[in-house]
Amino acid sequence: MAKVAWPEKGDRKILGSRIPRQDGPPKVTGTAKYSYDINRPDMLWGKLVTSPNAHAELISVDTSVAAAIPGVKAVWVDEELVGDELRYVGQVIACVAADTEEAAIEGAEKVKLQLKALEHQVADDDVALSSGRPSNKEQGNLDEGFAGADVVVEGEYGIAVITHCCLEPHGQVTEVKDGELHVWPSTQNVSRYANQFGDEIEIPQNKIHVDTQYMGGGFGSKFNIDKWGIIGAKLSQETGRPVKIMLDRKEELMIAGNRPSGFAKIKVGLQKDGLISAVDAEVWGSGGQGAFRAPPIPYVFTKVPNTRLVGKGIRTNRGGVRAWRAPNHPQGALLTMSAVDDAAAALGMDSLEFFMKNAALTDRPEVYREELQIAANIIGYRQKAHARGDSGSGPVKRGLGISMHTWGGRGHPSECDVTINSDGSVEAKIGSQDLGTGTRTCIAMVIAETLGLPYEAVTVHLGRNSYPQSGASGGSTTIGGISVSARRAATDALNDLLKTVAGRLGTTDDKLEASAGRIHQIEKAGGGVSWREACSMLGPNSITKRGINNPGESQQEGLISAGVGGVQIADVSVDVETGIVTMNEMVAVQDCGLIVNMKLAESQVYGALIMGITYALYEESIYDSKTGIMLNPDMEFYRLAGIKDVGDLKVHMMTGKGYDDRGIIGIGEPPAISPGAAISNAVANACGVRVPSLPLTPERVIAALQKGGDIA
Amino acid sequence: MNPFEYVAPSDLREASSLLGSRWGQTEVLAGGTDLVTSLKQGITKPKRLVSLKNIPELKRIQVKKNTVRIGAMVTLRDLAANATIQEEFPALVTAIDGIGSSQIINAGTVAGDLCQRPRCWYFRNGFGLLAEDNGDSLVRTGDNRYHAIFGNDGRALFVNASSLAPALIALQAEISIVGAAGREREINAGDLFQAPNNGEDREVALRANEIVSEIKLPRENMQNASYEVRHRHGLDWPYATASVALKIRSGIAREASVVLGHVAPTPWPAVAASNLLNGARVDASLAEAVGEAAARGAKPLSGNAYKVQMVKTAVKRALLAAANA
Repeated sequence: MAKVAWPEKGDRKILGSRIPRQDGPPKVTGTAKYSYDINRPDMLWGKLVTSPNAHAELISVDTSVAAAIPGVKAVWVDEELVGDELRYVGQVIACVAADTEEAAIEGAEKVKLQLKALEHQVADDDVALSSGRPSNKEQGNLDEGFAGADVVVEGEYGIAVITHCCLEPHGQVTEVKDGELHVWPSTQNVSRYANQFGDEIEIPQNKIHVDTQYMGGGFGSKFNIDKWGIIGAKLSQETGRPVKIMLDRKEELMIAGNRPSGFAKIKVGLQKDGLISAVDAEVWGSGGQGAFRAPPIPYVFTKVPNTRLVGKGIRTNRGGVRAWRAPNHPQGALLTMSAVDDAAAALGMDSLEFFMKNAALTDRPEVYREELQIAANIIGYRQKAHARGDSGSGPVKRGLGISMHTWGGRGHPSECDVTINSDGSVEAKIGSQDLGTGTRTCIAMVIAETLGLPYEAVTVHLGRNSYPQSGASGGSTTIGGISVSARRAATDALNDLLKTVAGRLGTTDDKLEASAGRIHQIEKAGGGVSWREACSMLGPNSITKRGINNPGESQQEGLISAGVGGVQIADVSVDVETGIVTMNEMVAVQDCGLIVNMKLAESQVYGALIMGITYALYEESIYDSKTGIMLNPDMEFYRLAGIKDVGDLKVHMMTGKGYDDRGIIGIGEPPAISPGAAISNAVANACGVRVPSLPLTPERVIAALQKGGDIA
Repeated sequence: MNPFEYVAPSDLREASSLLGSRWGQTEVLAGGTDLVTSLKQGITKPKRLVSLKNIPELKRIQVKKNTVRIGAMVTLRDLAANATIQEEFPALVTAIDGIGSSQIINAGTVAGDLCQRPRCWYFRNGFGLLAEDNGDSLVRTGDNRYHAIFGNDGRALFVNASSLAPALIALQAEISIVGAAGREREINAGDLFQAPNNGEDREVALRANEIVSEIKLPRENMQNASYEVRHRHGLDWPYATASVALKIRSGIAREASVVLGHVAPTPWPAVAASNLLNGARVDASLAEAVGEAAARGAKPLSGNAYKVQMVKTAVKRALLAAANA
């Protein structure tokens, strides 16, 4: 009888190994079809008509010229917006569907909007612009906390709005055929996509077919069907033809995702032993039209006895907020870790020593201390470390910076069917999605491990809502969810097979197990019958079992859990004569419980480091106050790091006792949290002054150096 | 993108005759790395594109005794790979490397680099080259972090985007131009550029039907180098660049020329810096002083004072690199 519990270390054949992702070859060779690549016979192209104003009254929409353009087949207009206010540049007003992309673009340009401009507000960095009632959270007694402090340091810090900048923009292809809707969306949420059409179209959910085999990045911005999803379905219904609507780069950067900014004035009190006694933070920022949630400060150091956090939101006429890898944590980390590191420097305390000491104020002191030691060893901290600003006389200064982070990452509800066929073939069906993280590969590994088969023996079908439902891929919840549902299904299916085989071999199923492609007496590998022979005993039948992950139960059984800690150390060079910051090296030490695929887990961390270096050094959504437009909705001045910009990246995953035995935990969010903070601290260590706001562009570095009197 | 007619004549004179007499009616297509994007963005809506790809003489590099003659359609890759250029004109090689994008270096041409349009984000977002709204400059009151710190008294506040121009000007290059009826003229490289003061002119001092045909680079044994302050290794625009060309005899600088890039609507000769350099002994402290001299007179806008520091550094480093070459 096979058990659901994860095998012990010595018994794992596939789990934890470094199997390359299944989607690698099809992506490299171009056979992988993303939503953008889906082309249906007789398909129309849809192009959006969006608001050119940051704030205006929409008086009327005239589609007559657009509709008369050769090739234009339909124009959809959001009639509810007419007479109402437009609140940001890029807000979707209408859509033109045409035979060709060119005609659709021309049509969209020819839709006439009559607008009455209203006052707009796009700045998000000035606390004076905040409105509404501030949030307030207090713990302990602030006055006592500062009175008992030996060093009190106050500073201002900030982190800009960035966008998700998915390489595959948002959008979908829709087709209505025989009263049924087929959708190929770029989504993180296959199972819960169809229901979002609600009453917008008169097609029942059981006639909506969602298919996402490959998708080019979401990072939290692709959970929703979005207005363009509904428009696509309506235009398909109206025209009877498939319609492709994919955002262009400009739209993608303006309206498809914003990570809110965070600016803060923070006062930190330290005892002379370096322990944080008080943190007082006033934080403000915005991500557009939505409500502002203050990022957690002090971040990670939840046991600081005396704290206050005041949050003030700024409403801007910019596109709305969407979840970005570990919502609010990168902001919390940057603001907290900068402030406490400045306090440590003022005390004259080494940063590593400081973080080791203050690990006591976190929820997992042992994990952080162990990770800090490992990270310090990998980067050679003790050989390279120096006091802040004490970095030699040449123009290029080198420095180190540390940050720590945490995340939950418990597996989401998930269901998976596993089928064992009488010819020995095995397949899984699951309504999950592979965002490029390796979900397919991991499901196949879990099932192969369970059935004692080689990894290649398992075929995984995912990305369709006709398969058993599985959660949205967000919050690092996928790996826990899909691993458990696949494991349970495979275990149940195997146990059915063992029963059949036991009858034929004249034994009982509790005496049998599967390993190395055979079914045999327990601990008698190599005996018994081959997998193929065993399956042939099913005769004309196959076995299909459904596995269900109920997160609470699975956590109790130790299959999954939540709560990780990670440490990152950055090594940077700052050219103080040009303000250019260069990455030398970055080390990430991360735990995520039991690791399904070591290579893919590490890949998640590498990707997070690259994304993190990007928002630390380059990336920023820049708006023009007067015109209200985004000035850099392109890949030219919306700067992303290239491979030569990221330096030497080193990843160390925590494994073994105390980690493996916690079950599976997600990895997508945590490593994306600390890069900004670690890099900002490294820059301060290198050049002796804090560059208060990310991204650490040369103009900000030079301004900070000039303010500090280091250059004229 | 608007529909347009496409022609690819095999003769330069014919090419010129196919160009309109007013800017914007027609456009010259060389490598297309800037023009095609501009067409898509609606920055320009010509009725006709005149491709130069079928004119063989524009693709030649001729190394003569006293000059190197570089055809307008020579790709940046081919120029950087030329042995004489590598040997004698490292300032150009650095400038080409600095473009960062293999695609642009492979497809982009020498004359295309000189004639590319500015990257000003107001211009690229459709507010016109001078980026004015009811006579007010959007740049002055707006986000001008990437705009001009020199030559910004007039209406043009963008920076010239050419990578090669500062080095070519420092190296005293001349530019051949072919216009209507095949009329040829030759100008100093620096005279190719202008800061337009009205909505009609462009940032190149050409007539709309003129075509850059060739660059003549004198082989004067000048020591030369460029330094670019750039953030990313891949495709990125420099914040500021400097090119320096000079002769050094017994430690003393002669015939020196310092030209800045990405700091003004045109490539910007740093005359005071060149004067300070000429006749002086080249060492680290002189390099510092020359950098300071180059930055003097800068008039930063509200958000680009940081560029002054970059100019000092770029000049200092370019000079020291040229002196050590």
